[in-house]
Amino acid sequence: MALKLHVESLSAWYGEKLAIQDITMDVEDHMVTAVIGPSGCGKSTLIRCLNRMHETIPKARVEGKVLLQGEDIYAASPVSVRRRIGMVFQKANPFPTMSIYDNVAAGLRLNGVRNRDELDKAVLESLKQAALWDEVKDSLDKSGASLSGGQQQRLCIARALAVKPEVLLMDEPCSALDPIATAKIEDLIFDLKKDFTLVVVTHNMQQAARVSETTAFMYLGKLIEVNNTRELFERPREALTESYITGRFG
Amino acid sequence: MKFPFNRDTRRRWIDLTMSIAAFVCVVIAIIPLGSILIEASIRGLQSLSPAVLTSTTGQGGIGNAIQGTLILILLSALVSLPVGILTGIYLAEFGKNRLGAAVRFFVEVMTQIPSMVVGIFVYSLVLELGLIGLGSPRLVFSTISGVLALSTIMVPFVARTSEEALRLVSIAVRESALALGIPRYRTILRVVVPSASSALVTGSLLGIARVAGETAPLLVTAFGNNDWFRGVDQPIESLPHTIYIWATGPYVAQNQAAWGVSLVLVLMMLGLSIASRVVIRLRSVSR
Repeated sequence: MALKLHVESLSAWYGEKLAIQDITMDVEDHMVTAVIGPSGCGKSTLIRCLNRMHETIPKARVEGKVLLQGEDIYAASPVSVRRRIGMVFQKANPFPTMSIYDNVAAGLRLNGVRNRDELDKAVLESLKQAALWDEVKDSLDKSGASLSGGQQQRLCIARALAVKPEVLLMDEPCSALDPIATAKIEDLIFDLKKDFTLVVVTHNMQQAARVSETTAFMYLGKLIEVNNTRELFERPREALTESYITGRFG
Repeated sequence: MKFPFNRDTRRRWIDLTMSIAAFVCVVIAIIPLGSILIEASIRGLQSLSPAVLTSTTGQGGIGNAIQGTLILILLSALVSLPVGILTGIYLAEFGKNRLGAAVRFFVEVMTQIPSMVVGIFVYSLVLELGLIGLGSPRLVFSTISGVLALSTIMVPFVARTSEEALRLVSIAVRESALALGIPRYRTILRVVVPSASSALVTGSLLGIARVAGETAPLLVTAFGNNDWFRGVDQPIESLPHTIYIWATGPYVAQNQAAWGVSLVLVLMMLGLSIASRVVIRLRSVSR
């Protein structure tokens, strides 16, 4: 298995408050890694540290290393890191003043791509990858806000894919969606690992079991256990993991 | 089953009473607005004619006042909108520090300063500068000092409304732009500012409307002029000034004509507001 991301002794703070503590884990290439754990355990903070979004919050601070194919992302510029490691958020948030086309093209356009053919191609490809093309191909000039919640989330995924990241981080991408829209996103996650490496935060354990190869369980800011998903759910090594996945707390 | 006079009935009565009260308040609020429009229309239309609109106040018309107001508004907007909006961007995007707090405080205080005080301030400023050789004391009564006075009122107003407009853009929008690897300055200029554009336009127009009706600071700066515009270093006429002079003048005919001038001013503001709404509608993508 090829290693994509290596996280080493990563800790993160919000002001004085320690949110995640001394986390070390690996993310395999072209695999889905799920991060589970109860609310407030630091799952979102962890993945926000993986593309340097954590530091956009005032007074937030990070220590430790995150290596993207051996290269420390904290030694590079945040802008270039975020182009290689994209992110999809919990709530679908298309740019409100932009059309569907412009939303998908935004990442390229605002990074200086002007060539119309290149943009057209990227928009088509990304919308197809995000399984949204057939639903929007006749309304690319409509507002992104005109789509349904599930479509908006797939639009946000297409927008993130358009800049051709290597890794896609997803922060509870389905938590605001109904079961049908959730199923579509899960299918999509399955397809996307052909071309990308994914890290998916979810508070839904069934979802982690369905979509991921590796699962990390976090509790109170610490990484308790990380293992092959099947192993973790069937034969957890830690007692804490077992009581969480069997629903005794959280 | 029989219900006694219970809380439910009481609740309905209160609901009805409050609805009526709210409706009455709306009517009370609309009365002055409506009566200004109606009064200005009825009385004003009589005194308006193509000849009045195209001749100068020296000839009994108001053409130069319309021209003057447009010039004052245009120049003040050219000065104030960039400064005000950029200040708003600074406050909303970078102002979470002590400098930001200080700027915000001064902006706040400046919006409270009576416009007459602003007029006197610009008057003395231009005069003092003129006396030490920067410009000329003659510029005290000129388009330039009129624009300075109006801008002093407009900049803090636009800065505040812009800051509020930009704060309404959700953090999620900024985050998703940053997460695409878009640098912060482009995120602000190409994503955040366009997202707030209709609120920014509204704020700017309110700023323009705020100064377009100002009379007090213009009395001691732009001064007034019975002829057409003769240059930025010369006194200039404006609609509010004409209204002030004519409405307080001794001649009944001028008092009448002041209504016509009021109507023109009101219609200009109305036109401005409608035009901006059309622009916003054309710019936004279809739903």
